Parts: sequence; structure tokens; C-alpha cells
Amino acid sequence: MTQLVLFNIFNGLIVGAFYALMALGLSLILNLSGVINFAHGGFLALGGYLAFTLIPYVGFWGALIIAPFLTAILGLVIERVLIRRVYGRDPLYSLLLTFGLAFIFEDVTRYLWGAQSLPFQVPGWLMAPLSTDYFFLTGYRLFMVLMVAIAVIGLFVILGYTRLGIRIRAGTLDLETVSVLGVNVRILRNLNFGLGVYLAGLAGVLAVGQLGLQPTIGASLIMPSFVAIIVGGLGSLPGTLLGGLLIGVASGVTTVFFPSATEAVIYVMMAAVLLVRPRGLLGEEGRF
Amino acid sequence: MQGDDLQKRAATAIVWLLLLGMPYWLPAIGGYTELGARVVVLGLAAMSLNFLLGYTGVLSFGHAAYFGLGAYGAGMTLKYLVPSTSLSIIIGTLAGTIAAAIIGPMIIRLRGVYFAMVTIAFGQTFYFIAFRWNTVTGGDDGLIGWQRQPLDFGFATIDLLHSPVAFYYFVLVLFAIATGAMAWLLRSPFGRTLLAIRENERRARFLGIPVDQHIWMSWVISCCFVSLAGALYALLNNFVDPRALYWSQSGDFVIMAVLGGMRSFWGPLLGAAIFVVLQDYLSSQTQNWMSFVGLFFVLVVLFFPRGVLGIIRRRAAA
Repeated sequence: MTQLVLFNIFNGLIVGAFYALMALGLSLILNLSGVINFAHGGFLALGGYLAFTLIPYVGFWGALIIAPFLTAILGLVIERVLIRRVYGRDPLYSLLLTFGLAFIFEDVTRYLWGAQSLPFQVPGWLMAPLSTDYFFLTGYRLFMVLMVAIAVIGLFVILGYTRLGIRIRAGTLDLETVSVLGVNVRILRNLNFGLGVYLAGLAGVLAVGQLGLQPTIGASLIMPSFVAIIVGGLGSLPGTLLGGLLIGVASGVTTVFFPSATEAVIYVMMAAVLLVRPRGLLGEEGRF
Repeated sequence: MQGDDLQKRAATAIVWLLLLGMPYWLPAIGGYTELGARVVVLGLAAMSLNFLLGYTGVLSFGHAAYFGLGAYGAGMTLKYLVPSTSLSIIIGTLAGTIAAAIIGPMIIRLRGVYFAMVTIAFGQTFYFIAFRWNTVTGGDDGLIGWQRQPLDFGFATIDLLHSPVAFYYFVLVLFAIATGAMAWLLRSPFGRTLLAIRENERRARFLGIPVDQHIWMSWVISCCFVSLAGALYALLNNFVDPRALYWSQSGDFVIMAVLGGMRSFWGPLLGAAIFVVLQDYLSSQTQNWMSFVGLFFVLVVLFFPRGVLGIIRRRAAA
């Protein structure tokens, strides 16, 4: 029993790490540009599929590095061509625009790679269990947690110490002032969008090794990412991280005791948070 | 002002003439009566959403949840409780309305994107319940093994099941009641207050209007009519599946409202008509209809943000 609970907590932590990674990207874009990117799941799926296609040529490690970058470049282009046009307009329009993009993404991945699930090869030595007692501790799972941790630390380092990151944070607080101080806000938003999409692409490459490669993988991960943001608190990146891990573990634990509520439990958590603390766990007062 | 009023009345008359004659002119131009019923039902859903979206200025992206609750409520009543069409509609509508009334207090203080995110996420709860609770809801396969029943007035019965035209007029009567109620509400002082909140929430608050209460009421009213539409949708198909509750369905409602014109009463109906016909045509022509629907979303946002009626009105004003 203990083993089962531990297994599911660990599993939940991994899934939560994906939620968090995806939600961090969504949060970045939402905080700076006020756009909820429904197409984020589409970018995630694309990251996974690109990695699948690249592996025969560059191997797993090459794909892990290249695929998220390609996804991010597409993100930069889409921001430049489409998303930029709805900044400053009623949030309704950015929602609808990215909604439509999400449809297109899912359909195009289905068209290019087929609707059925594809096998995704990760290096064999990573798949071996590390311990006979705790069979679920495969190298790949630890590796995923490690990769997510590195990505998150990297993100916070970028935001905390680089010129770009400091500008992004400043822009989140007061974009107009940042613009007046001579920062090109258009480029800033563009790069920020790319950064967010990069995280989605990275999450995609890692996730497909665990969850399998299907066109609908993005659509199934996007809603929990919303919940992660709401639970953690809008406007707070550490909150988003915490929210993602929390709901992941919560649904992992629920799997043990009440399997049919695995998905529903995170929405119940969201309702509880909204009742007790409408701004979310680490959200700022009065921001939204 | 009087000319404006006259124009509005003429528009309403034309809409009703078209709707009343639909079973006669639609087949003549290549449609079928069920398609007409679908336009009316989804049009009602989009108009109900617009009560909140266009007239109260609150961005809900989760209306599919209440639409689906209405649909499941109606279907499950017919399957498990009583074989009565009218009772199934009442129970379906109540199910969605009560759920909205309970969820309302948790979300009415939120605004803008945050409201949209929370409503859409809440909708997913019901989706997963319908998806997972196989024994009762039929899970992914949907709720089957039931059908709409004849309408029994005591002195006469109307066969709704085998006559699409009779069912169409049945839907149209309920549509008339629902839209009549919405139009009446919007003309009332309550409706004017909603407009005031939409135009300037802060000023409305300073005038002493209990804004949150009004938004809650508008939310419940909107969800009530959308669940009515859901109940009718279930009866139309004699089938419900979890996709009626899925978040993409909410997006469809919003695009219908925007496409037709959010600032006009009949706009969402027009939007629903365009959307339904387009989807019907595309899904019969190509497997990749999802891409085209997505492209359609993008094009509407970029080129028709005011909707068809918004453009016509602007032309007329210029």
C-alpha cells in the first residue's frame, strides 16, 4: 500500500511538473501581454512530434535540444504575424484567436503524423528501474524531474539576472513606463512569447516519453495548466509552479483511493481555492 | 429615434417570418429541417451567452458546461425517470440553472481574462464527470437508449419523434418564449442596469448599484437559457455525449455570438446559422474541417470583430 501511494505521489509529481512547465509559459505570456494562449497545448504537441521526427537523425539528446527551439521559432513567427494584432484589444479576441490556432495545430499534427499513437523511443538505459523495491523509479522519470527542475531554475535565473528577464518583469508591472524608458516593447513581447512557447516545446518533448504521442496531448494538458495558474495565483510565477505540482500530486493521490475522480479532483481544488482565497495561493491582491 | 424603432421592429418581423417559414424554404435551397432546428437551438444558446457577453460585458468561456448539463439532465430524465418530453426539458433546465447558481458566487468577483479562465476550467469538471461515470452517463460513448416522447395535451398528442417539422415548431415555441423573456428583461430597469455595468462598472458601483449581485443574476439567467438550449439539443439528437460539455463547445458559442454581432439582439442567431451551415458543409467535404473552423476563428477575429450585423449597422450609419 505504501508503495502504491508513493508510486502515485511520484507519478503525480511528474505530471504536476509538466503542468507547471506548461503553466509557467502560459503565465509568462499572460502576465506581460494579457493573452491567454489556448494554442499552448498545440505548441506542446508540436514539440513532441518534432522530437519524434528528429530522433532518427540527431538522436534523443539532439532532439531534446533542437525540438523546443524549433517550436519557439514558430512561436515567434506566430506572435509576429497574428497574436500581435490583438494586443490591447478586448481579451475576448485574443481568446478566440488562440482558440482557433489550437484547432489548427491539433488538426495539422493529426494530418502530418496521423491520428494514432506513435511510439516514442527514449534511450534504453534511462528506462531501466533503479531499484527493485521501488520499481517505478526509472531513470527516465528521475531524468524528467531533473530536466523540469533545470528548466525552472533556468527560467528564474533568466528572469532574475539577465537584461531580458528584468525587462520582462518590469513590463509585467508597468509596460508603459518600460516603453517610455526606451525598451522596444514589441520585441520584448515577441521574445517573451517565444520563451513561453519554448517551455511548452520542452514540456512536449519530455511528456511524450511518459504519456505517449497523440495529437490530443496538448488539449488534454492545457486545462490542468489553467487550473495550476488559478490555484497558484495569477501574476505569480512561483505560485504557478506550486500550483502545478500541487494539483499533480493531488490527482496522483486521488488515483489510489478514488480512480474515477483523478481528473475532476483538480477542479474541486480550484473551487476550494477560489472560495477561500480568490486571488490564488501566492497571487497578488487586486491584480485581477 | 422613431425611425430607429421602426427599423428594429422590421428586423424582428423579418427574423420571425424566416424562422416560421424555415421548414418550407430551407429544403428548397438544399437544407433539411433538422438543420433548421439545430440553428434555432444553437442560436438560442449563443443568444443566451450574449445576454452575459454582449449586454453585461462579462466574458464567459464556459457555457458549454451548462448547455451539457441541460442536455444530460433531459436525456437522463427520459432514460431513467419518466418518458415525458416536457418534464425532461424542465429538469434539464433546472439542472444547469442550479449548478450555475451555486458556482456563481465563486466567480462573480473575477473579471476579464480571469473570469474566462475560471469559467472554462469549471466546465471541465462536468466534462470529466460525464466522461468517467460510465454506468450512469454512458461515458465516452454517450447517453443512448432513449428518445423524445410525443407531447400529450390530454385532448391531442403531437408526435415529435417522427415528424421533424412538428419538432421544429416545438423548438421554435420554446425559442420564442426564451428570447421573448430575454428581450423583456433587457428592456426592464434590470436590463438597463446591466448595460450600465457593461459600459462603466466603476461608475455603476458609485451609483450604488450592487454590481456583483447583478452579475450573478445575469449569469444565472444566461445559464438558465443555455441549459434550456442544451435540453433541446439532446432531444434533437436523441443522444448526448461528453463533447456537448467540452471546452471547445464553449468556444463555438462565443464565436457564434461574435460572428453575428455581440451588440445586437439577433446577431448571435445569425452567427449560429452561419457557423452551423459552414460546419455541416465542411464536415461533409473534408476530414480536416477542424483546420477550417480554426482558420475561420482567426479570420473572424482579424477581419470581422464587430460581426456581420455590426458591419451592416456601421455601413448604414456612415
